[in-house]
Formats: sequence, C-alpha cells, structure tokens
Amino acid sequence: MSVANIQVAETPLVLYALRRADDALILGHRLSEWCGHAPMLEEDMALSNIALDLIGQARELYSYAAKAEGKDNDEDKLAYLRDIRQYRNLLLVEQPNGDFAQTLVRQFFYSAFADLYWRAMMTSRDTTLAAIAAKSEKESAYHLRHASEWIIRLGDGTNESHSRAQAAIDHLWAFTGEMFAVDEGERALIHADILVDPASLRGRWLTTLSDVLSEATLELPQNNWMQQGGRAGSHSEHLGHLLSELQSMQRTFPGQTW
Amino acid sequence: MYTQALNTAEADDRSLEDAARAAQFEARIDAEERIEPNDWMPAAYRKTLTRQISQHAHSEIVGMLPEGNWITRAPTLRRKAALLAKVQDECGHGLYLYAAAETLGTSREELIDAMLAGKAKYSSIFNYPTLTWADIGTIGWLVDGAAIMNQIPLCRCSYGPYARAMIRVCKEESFHQRQGYEIMLTLCRGSDEQKAMGQDALNRWWWPVLMMFGPPDATSQHSDTSTKWKIKRFSNDELRQKFVDATVPQAQYLGLTIPDPGMIQDDDGHWRYSEIDWTEFKQVLAGNGPCNRDRIAARRKAHDEGAWVREAAAAYAAKRAHRRTARAAE
Repeated sequence: MSVANIQVAETPLVLYALRRADDALILGHRLSEWCGHAPMLEEDMALSNIALDLIGQARELYSYAAKAEGKDNDEDKLAYLRDIRQYRNLLLVEQPNGDFAQTLVRQFFYSAFADLYWRAMMTSRDTTLAAIAAKSEKESAYHLRHASEWIIRLGDGTNESHSRAQAAIDHLWAFTGEMFAVDEGERALIHADILVDPASLRGRWLTTLSDVLSEATLELPQNNWMQQGGRAGSHSEHLGHLLSELQSMQRTFPGQTW
Repeated sequence: MYTQALNTAEADDRSLEDAARAAQFEARIDAEERIEPNDWMPAAYRKTLTRQISQHAHSEIVGMLPEGNWITRAPTLRRKAALLAKVQDECGHGLYLYAAAETLGTSREELIDAMLAGKAKYSSIFNYPTLTWADIGTIGWLVDGAAIMNQIPLCRCSYGPYARAMIRVCKEESFHQRQGYEIMLTLCRGSDEQKAMGQDALNRWWWPVLMMFGPPDATSQHSDTSTKWKIKRFSNDELRQKFVDATVPQAQYLGLTIPDPGMIQDDDGHWRYSEIDWTEFKQVLAGNGPCNRDRIAARRKAHDEGAWVREAAAAYAAKRAHRRTARAAE
C-alpha cells in the first residue's frame, strides 16, 4: 500500500498513448461535471454521452500504455496515481467548463481535430492503435456534429449567445496550437507509420472551423500566439484541482479494491 | 429513479361529464384495457396521473444530484463510467416520463416550473446527502430496489403511456440495482475500513428508504381512487413489506446489519420491522430534510443559468424557419 505517485517508463509509444488517454479522460471528466446541471435535459444526456465515449477511449489508451510499458501499471494506476507534472493532456481540455458556450467551443475545437485525427490514425501500422482509432473516429464524428450544431445555434441565436460564443472562441483559441505539435519521440513514430503527423491535418481542421464559424456568424481571432506545455506536464492551475477531485478516493484509501 | 407513493384524492368531477362515457371508461378499466391519450377520461383521472407522472419525472431529475455528487470522485475508471451511465439513464427516465405526462395535456415547461417553484413534489429520499462512496452502492441497492418494488406494478397501470414507460424504466432500474449491490459486495469483501463504510451507509439510508413507500395504510387516506382506476395496485404497507422481505437476506449475504434491533422474522417468514419515525418523514416532506434546499437550489441554478442557451436555440430555430419560408416564397 502506498500513496506515492507511480513511475512510468515513458518510451515514445507509452508517452504517446498517455497523452491521448489524458486528453480523453480530462475532457470526459470536465463534461461529466455538467451531468445534472445542464441548460436542458437533452444536454445533460448529450454531454454525459460524449463524456462516456471519451472515458471509454481513455480506458483503452491507458490499457494500451500499460501494456506497452510492460510493468504492473494498469488503467487505474495511470489515471489515479500520477500527479499534475506527470499528466500529459492538452491545456485546452483542462480549461474549466465556464458557461455553456465555453464548454461547446472547447469541444468544437477538440472534436474538429479528433475527428480528422482518428480517421487518419485508422491506417496506423500499430493494429491496436488502428482499432482504437476506428472506434474513436465514429464517436468523434458525432461529437463534432453535436458541437457544430450548437456553435451555429449560439452564434446565430441571440445577441447574448453570439457574444458569449465569440468570447469563448477568443478565450480558448490560444490553446489550440498544441494539438498540432509533436516532439522528437513522436516524430520517429510518425516516420515509422505508427502515428500520423497532426500538423498535416491543420489545413482541413481550419476549413472545418471556418465553415462552421461562418454559418454561425462568428470569427477566429487574429492573435496567433499559442500556449504550450501540457504535453510536457506544464499545466494551467486548473488541472491540479481537477486531479485532486478525480483522485481523491485512491489517494485517501490507497491500495484498496473498489 | 423513483416516485414517492403518490396517493391523491381528487374531487369527483363526473357530475360535470357525460355519465355514459364515464360508465364506459370505468368498464374499460375493469376489463384491464389501457387508456390512451386520445381516449375520453375523467378530469380527475387526468389530473391524478399528470401529478403522479410529473412527480415521478421530477424525482428522476432531482435524483441525478445525490449520485451526480460522486461522478467526479468515483474510485476507478470503470466505476466512473458506470455511475455516469446510470445518472444519464435517470435523466432519460425523466425525459421519458415528462413526455408521458405531456400526453395528458400539460407541457414539460409548465411541469418543471411547478417543481422549481416548490409546488410539485419529488421523492423525499433525494433530500438525503451522499457522504461516502458506499452511499452510491447503497442507493443502487436499496433506493433503486425500492423503486423497482413500486414500479413493477406500475407496468400494469391503466394509463398506456405510463405503463409502457415503466416497462423500460424497470429494466434499467433492475440493472442499476444489481450494480449497486455489486458495489456493496466489493466493499464488504474489502478492508475493515470499506466494510465499515458500507455499514455506515446502510445505517443512514435504511429508514429513509422504508419511508419511500409512503405513509402507513392506516393513516393513508388517498389510495381509493388510484386503486379503483388501477393506477395503484398494492398498498404502501404491502409494498414496504415485500421490499423488507427481499432485502433482509441480501443484507445477511453482505454481512451487514440492518439498523433495526427490534426486527424479527415471524412464523410466515416475513421480517417485521420496528415503528418508522414518521415525524422525520413529515419534516422532510415539509422541506426540512438535510438537502431539500440544496436540491432545489441546484435545479434552479441550472435552469436560470441555462435560460440564455434555451433562448438562443429558440431564436435560431425561429430564424431558420423564417429563412426557409422566405426561400420558399421566392
């Protein structure tokens, strides 16, 4: 029994799987915070559904990371016994829910990327990752449709919803650059046809954004400064609070079976 | 999740209505036929059902809060996913039930407004707090178990949409109940600390769960019409006894002690429980339970903070319809 953080041997493949798993878990957790508190019952359902998909993706990716690492870690140890500096998710997904517009813009930016990314990853030479991608792609396509419809409704709804949606875009835009960045380890996996280069998807991602935003009468900011750091464990202050809640049971009652 | 034992007395409006149609209605009820939304029905039947179904829907929605309290803290990823799915199911039950209530002619918005204004009730059980993870197991095991006991007979309720909704709801509740019991089993096979957590949760939930079946038959004045109309099939005490008889062996299997030192098994095999503290029940119904204020405040907050979103959706739908009409006119 121990409360200590686990250590993970972060080979490039393990690190990659952890990063994607952390994205899915943290975003799923954020969405689950809406459950019981959404603006309408249909959205309690929809946001919970998306959260469930993402938590499901996280579980598969953690299990794969654990298998690739080959030690005695498992999905729960990876999720519950790493601290903030060991978490590898995008800064975007850890941003607080804010209002409904902020939640949906965050989802739109992420899902517009995830949809393209998982579709491309279906051709990975790594058969496990290709299988995870095939399942995630179907889910992401639905998430993107849901988010896009809301962006259009909010943007082209009332003056208030328009200004809230625009404010959310302006606020979250700086967290999108990280989605397209890779480090040397990932670069090698890209060369080995195990991963796709996310930068190659940026053009199509921008097209999706501009199509939806123009219908929504919303605009992307001119400012192109992008925040980085999540992939290397340099997070915003928000993530620590999320983790202290997420991990509270495992930290309070270490080593028990639930 | 569950509707309080909803006994209602309505003024008998038949004098205002066509006596022949009323007789025909009663005959259909007696023949175990289902009443459907477009069928003629007495005003009091409509009113009773609207109230009962909407209270049931409110209970599902308010019931999301105590369990939702643990979604972000569930101890494993598997438990987190299962709990989230469960709470989502409850939301689905709520939606389904509001739709069933709407077939009687009152809109979801009106029904929800009545709940937020404190005019409509929801099950008193959701006014108790979830303090530990064992509460999540206990709610599944006991609260959903009690709900099933109440809702199985409702699958044969005379009103078609409600009966059909209950069939689907009961299937999911049964799954929730097993899931809750499995959480308890895991705790009871775990460390001393975990087992104590399970016992503590049982101690806190046992009596409030027994109150879920409503006041004792001796003091319950309102069951007659509901029984006659085949909305209600068993009395409060009958259902409570069935529940206790089913639950005692489950607790024994877990190795937990039901917090009723006076409980005995009679010669017929029934477990006889001690006097229920009905003062507590009345206080909770009167708004003085540990969480009444928090629950309503949480629902109001979600409703108020979501107003601009619902307005935006309505404004966009209107714009779109307008554009479509304009295009069609070109």
